[in-house]
Amino acid sequence: MAGLTLASPSAERRSYSPRREMWRRYRRHKLAVVSAVLLFILVTAVVFGPFLWRVSINDIDFNATLQGPSLAHPFGTDDLGQDLLARMIYGGRISLAVGLAAMMVSVIVGTLVGALAGMSRGALGHGLMWLTDLFLSLPQLPLLLLLIYLFRDGLKAAFGPEGGIFILIVLVIGGLRWMPVARLVRAQFLSLREKEFVEAARALGASPLRQVVRHILPNALGPVIIAGTIDVAAAIIAESTLSFLGLGFPPDTPTWGRLLFDAKDYLDISAHWALFPGAAIFIAVVAINFIGDGLRDALDARRVI
Amino acid sequence: MAPLLEIKSLKTHFATDDGIVQAVDGVDITINKGETLCVVGESGCGKTVTAMSILKLIAMPPGRIVEGQIMFQGRDLVQLSSSELDEVRAKEIGFIFQEPMTSLNPVLTIGEQIAESLRRHEGLSRKDALSRTIEMLKLVQIPNAETRVHDYPHQFSGGMRQRVVIAMALACKPKLVIADEPTTALDVTIQAQILDLLQDMKERFGMAVMLITHAMGVVAETAQRVAVMYAGKIVEEASVDRLFEHPSHPYTQGLIRSIPRIDLDSAHKSRLETIGGSVPILINPAPGCRFAPRCRYAMSICTEVEPLLREIAPGHRMACHLGAAP
Amino acid sequence: MRQYILRRLLIAVPSLLGISLVLFTVLALAPGDPFSDLATNPNVPPEVGLALRAKFGLDDPIYLRYFHWLAAMAHGDWGFSFVSRVNVDTLILQRLPTTLYVIGSAQLIALLIAIPVGVYAATRPYSIFDQIANTFAFIGFSLPTFFTGILFILIFSIKLDWLPFVYSTDLNGTGLARLGEQIRQAIMPVMVLALFQAASMTRFVRSAMLDVIRLDYVTTARAKGLGQRRVIVTHVMRNAMIPVVTLIALQIPAVFGGAIVTEQIFRIPGIGSLLISSILSNDTPVVMAVTFVFACLVVFFNLIADVLYGWLDPRISLR
Repeated sequence: MAGLTLASPSAERRSYSPRREMWRRYRRHKLAVVSAVLLFILVTAVVFGPFLWRVSINDIDFNATLQGPSLAHPFGTDDLGQDLLARMIYGGRISLAVGLAAMMVSVIVGTLVGALAGMSRGALGHGLMWLTDLFLSLPQLPLLLLLIYLFRDGLKAAFGPEGGIFILIVLVIGGLRWMPVARLVRAQFLSLREKEFVEAARALGASPLRQVVRHILPNALGPVIIAGTIDVAAAIIAESTLSFLGLGFPPDTPTWGRLLFDAKDYLDISAHWALFPGAAIFIAVVAINFIGDGLRDALDARRVI
Repeated sequence: MAPLLEIKSLKTHFATDDGIVQAVDGVDITINKGETLCVVGESGCGKTVTAMSILKLIAMPPGRIVEGQIMFQGRDLVQLSSSELDEVRAKEIGFIFQEPMTSLNPVLTIGEQIAESLRRHEGLSRKDALSRTIEMLKLVQIPNAETRVHDYPHQFSGGMRQRVVIAMALACKPKLVIADEPTTALDVTIQAQILDLLQDMKERFGMAVMLITHAMGVVAETAQRVAVMYAGKIVEEASVDRLFEHPSHPYTQGLIRSIPRIDLDSAHKSRLETIGGSVPILINPAPGCRFAPRCRYAMSICTEVEPLLREIAPGHRMACHLGAAP
Repeated sequence: MRQYILRRLLIAVPSLLGISLVLFTVLALAPGDPFSDLATNPNVPPEVGLALRAKFGLDDPIYLRYFHWLAAMAHGDWGFSFVSRVNVDTLILQRLPTTLYVIGSAQLIALLIAIPVGVYAATRPYSIFDQIANTFAFIGFSLPTFFTGILFILIFSIKLDWLPFVYSTDLNGTGLARLGEQIRQAIMPVMVLALFQAASMTRFVRSAMLDVIRLDYVTTARAKGLGQRRVIVTHVMRNAMIPVVTLIALQIPAVFGGAIVTEQIFRIPGIGSLLISSILSNDTPVVMAVTFVFACLVVFFNLIADVLYGWLDPRISLR
């Protein structure tokens, strides 16, 4: 409202507890609620699916190659007659695990860098922010590809084909996505450092570490949670992109992106092979993004991110 | 003679999450040609919303003019379409805003911003608009107007920007200028200069001024008539002399008592008086007089029946149960 | 203004150096010798392998190796592709125009979609149009480019048979027919990238517009009776574009990521598909050079964004 100074109506709003108020605001975002339900179903299916759908992911059946959806194979089969539903459940576990683990890496690195940059006023803070800006302007996918190109053999030798690639992908994706979190945490530090309650804690002789852990970090939590949520979606896309380019997990590990990669040469005869994993990636990503948007409403952080 | 502007029982409400805010709730104001009317009241009493409603400058939604008429030269502004209203804006009614630091567009030169309304309303060419703009800048006493016309707002000080805003509001020689707390954001020394300038311009162009302020000192210096506003309603209206001699509404009395006096010697100096409490929130207001909770004379009728504006002397109206016939 | 551009150029140099340092560190940290397979690679004559080892000075101390490498890169001496047996810079220069053409048209189309949609949505916040636009934008940037690409091929090439799904460099025919064919084969890859970009740009434009629309000077402009269209265009849009430029600049690395994927799907002979094929064939000099080119392009486009920013905001260039 341009130039209006209304007596702030929120001052005497019927007061809810903070948690109920958050839930009230989240609920108003209809698509975020639907997305939460969708994501819950997806996660449940991926986690508990193998107990219900006891078909092996690599049973080859040359009598049933490239079949469309049927009772025996609800999502159809691929060029080797392998059951796509089973492979998608397995791939979903990997995609979601990569997303969560990469998010944790980026949140931890980002919080550390942001907190350090926010606490130190001198050259260290400036240097860290320059590094953050530098990382923000790095071309992520080419660099991701380069890192995987250079390091995959070493890690494969150390941790086995699947474990090595998993560690590499998580570290690289997480290591290239910490910058937004670092910026948010630093911004929160700079604004909170001057606030009364932190000054009060300082005056009472709280150590810097205690100030950070008890007083500043909990206040920076909201924006970081939102950024972390969106990071999960971005990491899922990054992993799928790598697998889709044939440079992610090994061929016999059916992640969603890998399924798409294998399917793309058979689009004309069996579209279902590409459509199911593609739809799964899309649903997971769009649901997580909407949940992030709903959290933004719930935590009232529209201004921050 | 018909008044220049006549606001009749204007109600402007805002829809918020917590309910309807009745920011302006039945305001009557008249302004005659060439007269200065001051609207006084605390922050949040609805002065600005009233002023913005005249040219429909409030954000709609959430704002809405629910009821009332705004008669200007025989036309009801409330009923005008937005393109008809655009013909009135700046050309007939100019507007001076409170915050000179934010009311100018940072990416356009001040010359472009003043010339814009000249070209729109008077159809001037780029060149003619520029020379008229420079003329206006000279009138509001901006030094080196010919070069400064090409400067951006951030290159001016607060006081200078407010002069630019005044030049902008007066460029098309409107018949009425609404000034919404034009000096509040400025340094005290600059405030007097800007008020003088406004007075000067008013005499030069013969326009009427609606001056919104919360400073009773400003009222005493500039106004011919005063309307006192409280919680979305006019509570008292009189000529400036009458109001300062016979303030009748308890709220007006409180406002006048809260002016610091330096002309009394120390023996007569008492503590500066204040009005306890603050402006109520205007969502589902309680029945009765809205000032009652803060009024030292409140009676039982005050919380039950809303007092209506009535004439207590020629040209002096007020809304209070005190002294009313039972 | 000239001073401002000069200063921006000077700021771009350390970030280029920083990027080169990151790339070099990555290369140096990589386990094993990245040129170890040179000896066994039958495509590489032994003297080339030795020359490469000498140039990269694999036995020198690490900082010397960095300076040698940097000097070689700065001279345009980017090495020799093991696979195609040509100099890396020739190879990249051959491929670069195609990539820039696809990315450029995609950005242009994205802006042509995002600005009107975002502006219109912001002038009617929470209207049906706004909600639909917002939902589509969300879906748009949640759809990974590789999936949109596959969907496009399925719909427009396989089901409808309207567009070719393989990009070809040696088209038949001449003149207009050839040009038409050229445009026709670019439609799908360009649209895949453009829609992805348009989705996030629409959100940027809308939220920047909403931030500006509630500012005091917009009310001032409305009080001048300028009319809705002029208020929106000269006062709101002009200011809202300033943050939008920054946000679009931050998206540039993602644009190149999208370009790699699209080039791969539609088999466009650009530097993105060059990168993938070199990785698959262990062509280290090409992989390094293409990554560096991508980084330079990002710095270059950031520079353009900075200049644009200074041009849009008078407060910046005069500082």
